[in-house]
Amino acid sequence: MDVDDLVILEDVHFSHGSRRILTGIDIRIPRGSVTTIMGPSGTGKTTLLRLIGGQLRPDAGRVVVDGHEVPALAREALFELRKRMGMMFQSGALFNDLNVFENVAFPLREHTRLPESMIRDLVLMKLHAVGLRGARDLMTSELSGGMARRVALARAIALDPMMIMYDEPFTGQDPITVGVIMQLIRRLNDALGLTSIIVSHDVAEVSAISDYLYVISEGRVLDHGPPEALSRSSSQWVQQFLQGRPDGPIPFHYPAPDYAEDLLGPERAS
Amino acid sequence: MNALVRLGAWSLNGLRRLGRGFRFLLQVIWRLPGVVMQPRLFTAQLYSVGVLTTQIIAVSALSVGMVLGLQGYNTLVDFNAEASLGQMVALSLVRELGPVLTALLFAGRAGSALTAEIGLMKVTEQISAMEMMAVDPLRRVVAPRFLAGVISVPLLAALFSAIGVLGGYLAGVGLLGVDGGAYWSQMQAKVDFYEDIVNGVIKSMVFGFVASWIAVFEGYDAVPTTEGVSRATTRTVVHTAFAVLALDFVLTAIMFGD
Repeated sequence: MDVDDLVILEDVHFSHGSRRILTGIDIRIPRGSVTTIMGPSGTGKTTLLRLIGGQLRPDAGRVVVDGHEVPALAREALFELRKRMGMMFQSGALFNDLNVFENVAFPLREHTRLPESMIRDLVLMKLHAVGLRGARDLMTSELSGGMARRVALARAIALDPMMIMYDEPFTGQDPITVGVIMQLIRRLNDALGLTSIIVSHDVAEVSAISDYLYVISEGRVLDHGPPEALSRSSSQWVQQFLQGRPDGPIPFHYPAPDYAEDLLGPERAS
Repeated sequence: MNALVRLGAWSLNGLRRLGRGFRFLLQVIWRLPGVVMQPRLFTAQLYSVGVLTTQIIAVSALSVGMVLGLQGYNTLVDFNAEASLGQMVALSLVRELGPVLTALLFAGRAGSALTAEIGLMKVTEQISAMEMMAVDPLRRVVAPRFLAGVISVPLLAALFSAIGVLGGYLAGVGLLGVDGGAYWSQMQAKVDFYEDIVNGVIKSMVFGFVASWIAVFEGYDAVPTTEGVSRATTRTVVHTAFAVLALDFVLTAIMFGD
């Protein structure tokens, strides 16, 4: 086992009820890197993040974070580990009964006994890092989608974690916000010495800021490598996905009976 | 055959939910001592669950008390027993109507709100985010709300009975001319502290416990979609009503059955 890998997923299987979501995933995430897991919607990308965070347990396989076998951890140990993990949810998941300042202060108040003055300093520093120091008194309902995600990011780094997981950070944002978030992910990763895991299907954006990419579909890793290498992938499927072609190994048409038969066949009479 | 299969699936599903509900309840009760450590969270909940419900309780109690006064008078006057109106109004309220109606109104006003709030926190991933920040949502979100409900309902029921008695006085004495002294003295003489009031308080404590349990469980167990939360909110009101009415019969049979 390579000690330089912060997160290791080895032959991970996971099903939800009778639906098989992951069927033997292998992923390694090196310390200090920005790694993106790409794939179409509904292929279990968010499930992967929940497995790493220990919110779900795999049916089989290993999930290792910083040397700890996550599924085997007792509740207290898991909570200790989570204090060193940040997560930015797709919606931001800010607490809507608290304002911006209190949202960022939340993990500090829950997990530390710092004096109020120091909490204030820390919160303002984190908010400054995402450019929203001036928005500290706003309620979450007054924030735009992009601002909410930046506040969520400030909250995720409040306890100075070793890693951050981003769940679809660009979905539904305008180009300027996308640019801001892209820059924040890369800059915070390098400045704070983090390890970042992004789950996304925005090919251009993640290719620009990631050190390494994984492409998954139907519960398996199809290909992986640095962005330039992946763009020369021999897999037809990966090429279709990266270039967004409407037809290919993923057909444009949902499986259907023969077109002519359907239009002119016996079922038409009724 | 198909119907049999459906019945089986329905019962199994119901049993499974019941099991989840009991496990959830134990987990919440286990965390109740921790609520003392977060008094500000608890008082905020006490306000939104309890204090904000007083208005509907007061208005309903006044109207129920006045109707009891009017209807009771009409029956009692046939037997020249209208002086016993105070006793009748007070016993109806303290033994039955106070605890039962309070629990039903509580489910409609506060229980549904609790379910919707917790359910929406689930939809917007706030519960998930809390877990990922190593904060236990059962301690932070559920336990204070549950305890606030458990404490509020008996107090609201007491308020209901008190205002109801005043309503009966207004209708009976104010409108229909029953002797005021008789109204109060009959009540004082015939309402027993242990037999009537304590039993009524026990009822409202049981109802408060069950109504709060159902409300927080339905929210926490809701399917995290818009439709899921709307269904959970409905279930809170319907299940609380069934549970309260069924428990009321059982408790009444135990307390006053002999």
